[in-house]
Amino acid sequence: MSISDKLVNDLAANQVNFVTTVPCKQLGGVIDGIEKHADIKHVPCNKEDEGIGLCAGAWMGGTRPAIIMQNTAIGVTVNTLVTLTQFYRMPLPMLISYRGELREPVSCQVEMAVHTKALLDQLLIPTYHFHQESDAEEFDTILKYCFMSKKPVAILTDANFWGGY
Amino acid sequence: MIRSELLKNLYPILEKHFVVCNIGLPSQELHQLGDRENFFYMLGTMGLSSSIGFGLALNQPQTIISIDGDGSVLTNLGTLSTIGNNDADNYILFIVDNGSYGSTGDQPTYAGGRTSLTEVAKACGCENVVECQDTEGPATLQAAIDSKKKTVIVCKCESGNIKLPVIDTDPVVIRHRFMAALDAANS
Ligand SMILES: [Mg+2]
Repeated sequence: MSISDKLVNDLAANQVNFVTTVPCKQLGGVIDGIEKHADIKHVPCNKEDEGIGLCAGAWMGGTRPAIIMQNTAIGVTVNTLVTLTQFYRMPLPMLISYRGELREPVSCQVEMAVHTKALLDQLLIPTYHFHQESDAEEFDTILKYCFMSKKPVAILTDANFWGGY
Repeated sequence: MIRSELLKNLYPILEKHFVVCNIGLPSQELHQLGDRENFFYMLGTMGLSSSIGFGLALNQPQTIISIDGDGSVLTNLGTLSTIGNNDADNYILFIVDNGSYGSTGDQPTYAGGRTSLTEVAKACGCENVVECQDTEGPATLQAAIDSKKKTVIVCKCESGNIKLPVIDTDPVVIRHRFMAALDAANS
């Protein structure tokens, strides 16, 4: 099974039946898998804060949500994460492409990468960094932890995890 | 009429439905008209009333009404494309278009200038878009509910505000009782 298929299967096995995404090359296989999965409604969003709003509604409507985005999105979602997801105490798994880490070819991505963990730490968001393919074994447990705690949780997946950009 | 009068006229309809209400004065006005567990008040996060409501409509069968403002829709304009391209006939976006940012002191919005949110919504792929005047607001909303079609309503009214206290109900309480009421309606 591909690593993308494993992540999609873990989402489905945890009853994550609503996923919103913005496009990403590294997470393209996961996004394709979500689009094709019969049990997952895929609604692409235009911006990540909009996506977090959709996820808040999905969860209040009784469906477990997730968002797929890049780490640059941390820069545009701070207010939404704080005043919606955290303030109203809602779960939100954020499967994130961690651009700007080892094996990154685009220098500008590094500028946001160096702030990513610090920002997540400042927001008190539990954060997991997938660097080796075997790190994905914890994805199922992380999803369970997220819905148990009713908190946003970040899963950072870097280029090395994806076998190089 | 100003938004607070419009909401008062809408209230007999809104009280029977699940409503996501925009940040600031719209939520405070709705709250003062009569606090209800089927009302989800936004205490922050300007711009996301439509997104939260649409996420609700996509994931359960009850009719969901998002009360939004022209300024808030402008801050999340992509939402109209998402609404236009995904199917949820239990969804109504009711935009109170007073041409101003009411909660911050009635500074003018571009919707009060050359921008038509009605035309933007249509261009974004929303099929049922109705522009109406404040006096037609309740009848237009009721017709949209009865049509069982995803509808965007742009209701024109005057800018102006009344003084109201902030909502001090705990956000987790607002959210929890809203979910419980929705769950009960769906069971
Ligand atoms: Mg306004």
